Amino acid sequence: MSAPITPTLLYLDNVSVSFDGFRALNALSLAVDHAEMRAIIGPNGAGKTTMMDVITGKTKPNEGTALYEGTHDLTSLDEAAIAELGIGRKFQTPTVFEMHTVEDNLLLALKNKRGPLATLFSGIAAQGRERIDVLLERVRLTAQRHRRAGELSHGQKQWLEIGMLLAQEPKLLLIDEPAAGMTDYETADTADLLRDIARSKAVIVVEHDMTFVRELGVKVTCLHEGSVLAEGSLDAVSANERVVEVYLGR
Amino acid sequence: MRTQSLFDRQTIIVLSLLAASAILVPAMNGLTSPESALHLSDHLVPLLGKYVCFALLALSVDLIWGFCGILSLGHGAFFALGGYAMGMYLMRQIGPRGAYADPVLPDFMVFLNWKELPWFWHGFDWFPFAALMVLLVPGVLAFIFGWFAFRSRVTGVYFSIITQAMTFALMLAFFRNDMGLGGNNGLTDFKEILGFSVQAKSTRIALFVLSVLALAGGYLLCRWVVGSKFGKVLVAVRDAESRTRFLGYCVEHYKLAVFALSAMLAGVAGALYVPQVGIINPSEFAPANSIEVVIWVAVGGRGTLAGAILGALLVNAGKTWFTAVLPEFWLFALGSLFVFVTLFMSRGVLGAVRDLWEHSNQKVRARRSPQPISHAAE
Repeated sequence: MSAPITPTLLYLDNVSVSFDGFRALNALSLAVDHAEMRAIIGPNGAGKTTMMDVITGKTKPNEGTALYEGTHDLTSLDEAAIAELGIGRKFQTPTVFEMHTVEDNLLLALKNKRGPLATLFSGIAAQGRERIDVLLERVRLTAQRHRRAGELSHGQKQWLEIGMLLAQEPKLLLIDEPAAGMTDYETADTADLLRDIARSKAVIVVEHDMTFVRELGVKVTCLHEGSVLAEGSLDAVSANERVVEVYLGR
Repeated sequence: MRTQSLFDRQTIIVLSLLAASAILVPAMNGLTSPESALHLSDHLVPLLGKYVCFALLALSVDLIWGFCGILSLGHGAFFALGGYAMGMYLMRQIGPRGAYADPVLPDFMVFLNWKELPWFWHGFDWFPFAALMVLLVPGVLAFIFGWFAFRSRVTGVYFSIITQAMTFALMLAFFRNDMGLGGNNGLTDFKEILGFSVQAKSTRIALFVLSVLALAGGYLLCRWVVGSKFGKVLVAVRDAESRTRFLGYCVEHYKLAVFALSAMLAGVAGALYVPQVGIINPSEFAPANSIEVVIWVAVGGRGTLAGAILGALLVNAGKTWFTAVLPEFWLFALGSLFVFVTLFMSRGVLGAVRDLWEHSNQKVRARRSPQPISHAAE
């Protein structure tokens, strides 16, 4: 492995992805620093989810560079390997293990050996109990500990999934529409939680809800047709004529 | 942290029933007089032993289907391969007592005018080697098959279809005489196993007891696997495969491990089945056989392990009874049973029994306490 060619945590350069001739990403370039929070906005089909797919190894780009910590080539690794490097991902619709208890969901996410032999012979009993206690507190699910994840409300599932992400101890979190389907109160809480997380970790949030993005108060990148249209503070981006044109169709 | 104890109520019930059958069946067959109402006639012992082997096969299917969501419609192939490995040992034990009295070559080879034993028949005269092959042949095939399938992320019905293709291809291959495994007729006319006559009453009882022990051991092994953290990962893969991947688990490795383990269990079931029925032939690879196993599991209750055993025993006992009374309607009955269970008992017989049990418990509790509990709780 060579010396880092970039000091940023995540470095995407000139990334393009085509599906049957449709260019989902078109020479996209983006850099995210350590412990930076970035909000990604953009109309439907702008390539937000595809970008996440490229970073997490679900989709291989046709061309371009995707580097993590300046040394790891994300285009050559699979999902599991990338997760092990410290990139966690939350899906748009909350995806938790519905038949498992809240506690077991976190247990499975805890940073630990992931191989079949390690899990077959590992004792579950004492493992990471304190860690789970702390995480449950943090995502406010202590009372739901022994309930099946499938019985939780939509908002609770979102939080459980964020808790699972934290259990992985990642350095970079990709969060897809965390406020979708939440009440105003829950949305404000979620913004608080994410700001708190971003003190020590890099967070990329994809969001449609502008109130939520405003609450986050971070640098915003607006995507359009697979590439970056504008970047800067939310006010600067919303004042950008091209952005207004794309969003309002003027 | 709450962990599932290995010896919970279900396990104790299953093991007690198996222990009871391992004692009662030999006793009712050997110790009672033929006129007694409790007497179990000789032909029933291997028949029951056959059911027990099917139950072990069903257990192996439930391990992958019920807990990891891998619907194999080709598990009959692993069962048959384990059976062939045992059959090859039994053929070598015949020695010069065959119809052609060749000291080494089985009868069918003499008939085909073969002069020497094919390479893959060597070693099968030694029981430990044959026993090892019972595990290895299905295990290695499952590993290679699974490696290609899981690595290419073949899932769902596509996986089920290629497992059907696999067992069908093996059936065609084993039908050929050139394969050196008895072709159409398979392997039969066995004489001895470990020096005991396979026809003898005592051997049949011993084989029955061994089958029950294998089933109990297989059940405990599966129970241990699904109760471990490994088992929790399997369920995670079943319910949200991509979530599991993004948590950093290499899903392929888990599927491969459990698929190979399941194939080995199926192989053991096949190996115990062959000496009790006295024959193994390519029809055991028939795609329909593998589908039937899935029906047993669905009828008993998928994802419960005990349900797989129950389903295999119930459906096979039903089959024996039905094919004697109304043979031409058996397949219709089996089909209707599957439709009925799918529509009205989605969690199988075991699930329905559990629901009834909990329902009646609630009623008893409600009768005991004059105040409805639901109010007090709210």
